[in-house]
Amino acid sequence: MATDVHGAVTPKTADGASAAVRVAGLTRSFDGRAVIDGLELTVQPGEFVALLGRSGCGKSTLLRVLAGLDREIEGEVSVPRRSAVAFQAPRLMPWKKVWRNVLLGLPGRPERAVAEQALGEVGLSHRTDAWPKTLSGGEAQRASLARALVREPDLLLLDEPFGALDALTRIKAQRLVAELWRRRGCAVLLVTHDVEEALLLADRAVVMDEGVIAYETAIDLPRPRDIASPRFAELRARLLDRLGVDGPTDSPADSPSSSGLADGPAGDGLADAA
Amino acid sequence: MPRWLRRTTGPVGLVVLWQVLSATGVLHPDVLASPGTIAGTAAGLVSDGTLPSAMLVSVQRVLVGLVLGGIAGIALALASGLSRLGEDLVDATVQMLRSIPWVGVIPLFIIWLGIGEAPKIALIALGVAFHLYLNVYAGIRGVDAQLVEAGSSLGLGRWGLIRHVVLPGALPGAMTGLRYSLATAWLALVFGESVNADDGIGFLMNQAREFFRTDVIVVCLIVYALLGLLADFLVRTLERLLLQWRPTFTGQ
Repeated sequence: MATDVHGAVTPKTADGASAAVRVAGLTRSFDGRAVIDGLELTVQPGEFVALLGRSGCGKSTLLRVLAGLDREIEGEVSVPRRSAVAFQAPRLMPWKKVWRNVLLGLPGRPERAVAEQALGEVGLSHRTDAWPKTLSGGEAQRASLARALVREPDLLLLDEPFGALDALTRIKAQRLVAELWRRRGCAVLLVTHDVEEALLLADRAVVMDEGVIAYETAIDLPRPRDIASPRFAELRARLLDRLGVDGPTDSPADSPSSSGLADGPAGDGLADAA
Repeated sequence: MPRWLRRTTGPVGLVVLWQVLSATGVLHPDVLASPGTIAGTAAGLVSDGTLPSAMLVSVQRVLVGLVLGGIAGIALALASGLSRLGEDLVDATVQMLRSIPWVGVIPLFIIWLGIGEAPKIALIALGVAFHLYLNVYAGIRGVDAQLVEAGSSLGLGRWGLIRHVVLPGALPGAMTGLRYSLATAWLALVFGESVNADDGIGFLMNQAREFFRTDVIVVCLIVYALLGLLADFLVRTLERLLLQWRPTFTGQ
């Protein structure tokens, strides 16, 4: 896997061959205040990692660093040369038709068929020629996903991509991401504040707090995941606790089952059967 | 009674009243000619070719001024919108000069450029350049930073960002600027031609003033108004072509 190193410190070029993302001693300060403070994170190729944290914990800053949009950093960061971002707002250029948005920034002169194929993959073939402002929220987000996927990324960075969608559209979009990830096999880092979303999609959940990864757990649930299973509820309660949400949750299965199930091996990228 | 009919009664009534006052002698032709006389004069000026050739001269002045002022205004706006250095050098200077009323420089232009075509075109170009500069510059600076960031995350370089994100994003502002600057261009034409002119619509008006030909003056005013409307229509058409991606666009 091609590895692109950027940032203030730029060591190793092909060393991180085994990992998709390798972050070591990453620090990012704003006006002297460290938002990210000596953070360590490794993501394996093909692994789906959910990055959770309270708002303002620095998770979006971390994603911007990984996307190469923020380079005023200390520490080591290496990501695949081919990585792509989908933001919370779809950020389509309103003056370009959907298919031109999908191809924007690709090297060479890619043909329209390339965009059509990617749009087909997200179920948006019928809006190829539409102006972005005429898309619904869910359609725009899917177009944004197609724009990321057409780059055939080894790492897909998702910054709360479902945050602005209504509940039903969000469920569909989550299923789509799960399906695309299964088909593409790229590593995914999903920034989210939604614990259930993390548990539905990811192999591993990491919780960011005080500028570091404060907690992580493997999500060793069989796919497709059942939101009503006791193990799901137990993981959810634990993650919510780690996120600082106190007291009993509204889950029906939150009262017993505190012991008996230990954390999965942290940081151990689990491949799944589904 | 339909609304449009009700809305036309005002203007039509005014013209009828005007005609009646003229016909009864209350409104002397030296004060204001009657609508009938004006219509006859207009027909005469058109058929003997005076008005078309005067219009041609005036429209040419506006076009040349518009092109020169447009090039200057857009070039300066790009320089200060796209680079920090350009902003520091250009923007403060333009903002300072902007506080001078542009009509006030007519005497200077006459001293510098004489009384031929040059001062008129310079005046038009000046008014156009300021309006375009301000709107294009604001348009560039108003481009959504999130889109710029998205563009760079997609692998666009500096030139790619300018071409695919910044300039298209500044286009609505530029079109607003164009509309303002066309209005300004006609205004500058009227000022420029009323000071001194040996041809064009302004010349017709000056000549008419000498002979108390209020009918000719009114015809010229109507021509100015129609040309202004035509220019506005052209800009709207241009907007419709260039800004079709905007769902809020309602300019028919």
